[in-house]
Amino acid sequence: MSVTPAAQPPPQQEPTTLAARFALYQRAGGVITPLLTTLLALFIAGLVVRFTTGASPLDTGRAILDGSGLTWFIPESVMDIRSVAGTYDDWPSEAEARLNAEINLQQTLIFTTTLILTGLAVAFAFRCGLFNIGGQGQFFVGAIVAVAVGAEVSGVGRVLHVPLVLLCAALAGAVWAGIAGILRATVGAHEVITTIMLNWIAYWIGSYLFSLGGPLQSDRSRQVPISNDVQESAKLHVFWGDFQGLHVGFFIAIAALVAFYLILNRTTLGYGVRAVGYNPEAARYGGISVSRNYFLAMAISGLFAGLAGAVDIMGWQYRYGQIDIQQSDIGFAGIAVALLGRNTSIGIFFSALLFGALLTGSNTRNLALPIEPELAGNMTLIVQGLVVLFVAADLVILYLWRFRKRLGLPRREPKAVGS
Amino acid sequence: MSSLRARPSLITPAAWLRPSSRHRQVGMLGVILAAVGVWMMLPPLGDNLRTRTDSVELIPIYLGIVAIAAGLWAVTRTEPKWGWGAVLAGVLGIVLGFAAAEGSMADHQAVFVWSSLVAATLRWATPLIFAAIGGMFSERSGVVNIALEGMMLAGAFFGIWGADRFDHWLWGIVTAAIAGGALAFIHAVFSVHLRADQIVSGTAINFLALGVTGYLYIDLYGAEGTPPDVSEIPDVHLGFLDGVGFIGPIFGEMNLMIWLALLTVVLSWIVLFKTPIGLRIRAVGEHPRAADTVGISVYLVRYSCVTVSGMLAALGGAYLSIGFVGSFGENMTAGRGFIALAALIFGMWKPFGAFFAALLFGFSSALARSLPEYSEQAALLFETLPYVLTLIAVAGVIGRSIPPAAIGRPYEKQ
Repeated sequence: MSVTPAAQPPPQQEPTTLAARFALYQRAGGVITPLLTTLLALFIAGLVVRFTTGASPLDTGRAILDGSGLTWFIPESVMDIRSVAGTYDDWPSEAEARLNAEINLQQTLIFTTTLILTGLAVAFAFRCGLFNIGGQGQFFVGAIVAVAVGAEVSGVGRVLHVPLVLLCAALAGAVWAGIAGILRATVGAHEVITTIMLNWIAYWIGSYLFSLGGPLQSDRSRQVPISNDVQESAKLHVFWGDFQGLHVGFFIAIAALVAFYLILNRTTLGYGVRAVGYNPEAARYGGISVSRNYFLAMAISGLFAGLAGAVDIMGWQYRYGQIDIQQSDIGFAGIAVALLGRNTSIGIFFSALLFGALLTGSNTRNLALPIEPELAGNMTLIVQGLVVLFVAADLVILYLWRFRKRLGLPRREPKAVGS
Repeated sequence: MSSLRARPSLITPAAWLRPSSRHRQVGMLGVILAAVGVWMMLPPLGDNLRTRTDSVELIPIYLGIVAIAAGLWAVTRTEPKWGWGAVLAGVLGIVLGFAAAEGSMADHQAVFVWSSLVAATLRWATPLIFAAIGGMFSERSGVVNIALEGMMLAGAFFGIWGADRFDHWLWGIVTAAIAGGALAFIHAVFSVHLRADQIVSGTAINFLALGVTGYLYIDLYGAEGTPPDVSEIPDVHLGFLDGVGFIGPIFGEMNLMIWLALLTVVLSWIVLFKTPIGLRIRAVGEHPRAADTVGISVYLVRYSCVTVSGMLAALGGAYLSIGFVGSFGENMTAGRGFIALAALIFGMWKPFGAFFAALLFGFSSALARSLPEYSEQAALLFETLPYVLTLIAVAGVIGRSIPPAAIGRPYEKQ
């Protein structure tokens, strides 16, 4: 499993030596290749739209962008929504268009919040050389525990209840991923296989818990396989918007990004994790316990995914049911987020924003699309697939590129590039 | 050579004779569990349990399945005697325990229920068999294939699309195989030539298949769904089995694809273990450099194996859409590709191991579908069984599933 080099903050001064310039190219490759990957994936998706429906890919792209609400940042562009939004009977006033963009942006950021956390769940394990494909299952476990603790525990104040739910859900995710971590650390069972199995176990256990008459099924609506609503004291504060607005979970996700960076780059634990990720044998030789780091990396990954589930429940869903479980794929989307973000904090933020915008922009609610909304939803999946596919290849391209340079200029090879 | 000898293998008879106490214990445990399952159904305990829950028959069934799993486990390792014993005990335990729990149920009715359950098992197992055997070819050649799910889904969609477009199920099967093969070929290009991470590539294929089939489904069929009069894969009617007690209803009217699946298992066993091609495949999966040294083209073997795996998985998907259900829905495979992967691992990457594991998982699916009459919740928990068993299998608590040595590692020519 290759591990991508970390993107470093760009240097302030002009690089002087050849080695430094190479290092800069290397870092640039770390930004340019994801950008190219995204553009190529979007381009192919545009071609698919063009040839299957005949709709203009540019109009579709524009509609998705408008639907994502990112245009809110550019007030002048809101005017354009009215020209694109052909499905409106009356032209919306500028204030209406602006409000619409605001609501859409809130949705985008809500998705971004979850995607950041599920992306981190994949990325942290990745930095230790493990592929945590079980973000989805850890997300389910986190969401289930959040619903259980959030709805069934009552009588505690918000100050206690919110941290309690967050903690329980994160721990549940950590335990769920930790099973895979322990198995990898002790008997060497491949984490990909074990996490896939754990995903589906979580899926069916969740379906059982919320089934009609199941332990967590709602007390009021007995005919719907859905849980109780979480208590008021377990809901996260909504600080922007009235209609399903943005909740403070967004800042939890940002804090998680910072924590991810700090743990990896500023702690002994992170050093061990990265060392094992680069070369387990060398790490072992250097006195780092490989199995301990495998376990910890998986557990911390699960922590992020469990947190994602909790934030989703406490921030806007407030309840969870069989349908939610069947339709959820945000944990899998975390794989694309992490890979496109090259497993770094900043990268994950931007790729989560991208996929959050794609998800919201292609949502059925945003009816201004020139193609059928369900098509756009599947288009998001195609873009995800293409992105992951190209990322799989761009690691290779980057490797070959570096290899070629190394052959051409054997003595001036930059040392410790990107590490 | 010594390292080859050290591992149990189907082609070295000596390995079958070697006693292995742990595997034997697993077999014994299976027998005991099955017996416990029956015992719990008998008075006095059975009556006591019956007053507390209305679905007591689940206990011997669950224990029986665990016993069968333990038996298959021992069989595929070094303990055929106790292993088969446990399988038999598990089957008997399920039958007897169920009969004991039902008590007064008339015999002919029980037979009817059982033959329909066996038939349902075969129906649920067929997609798993195709995909698991497909995955076996890919993984035996050293390429991890977690994209079985996506290839199956592609087969399901393009199967029904082909059958609809060209008005014949045969074309459905052909288009499904082509679509699955094409997806698998992409996987092969990335994991063999580009030496990309095989799991990342497989994940991408899964996303792509989900997106592309969903997109085309909406685009081509929209809200109406697939046409109801689409040409479906026919059942094979065996006249001479008419009216034959137990097996008549099962084998007399079985879908063509189920027969094809059984044939695939036998053929793949012959190919993999009795032909030079199989030896090459296994050599490439165990030690590609050595295979390369003796003149086997590692790339060619891997490309063909991965492509074949996609075609087989797609056949499983095609059976699902035009053989079993008769329609297509978005994400209709719903994790069956991953159960197939589980069956492959549980069956230790062997054709008959994968086959029996697929049957077992198919049985648990069939049961889960017929259980809601008793208890919907138990049915949902039953669905976890394949995954829990596989988790235990790879955990190695009772002896590990060992994958091909070179699996997941790209090969670089020298």
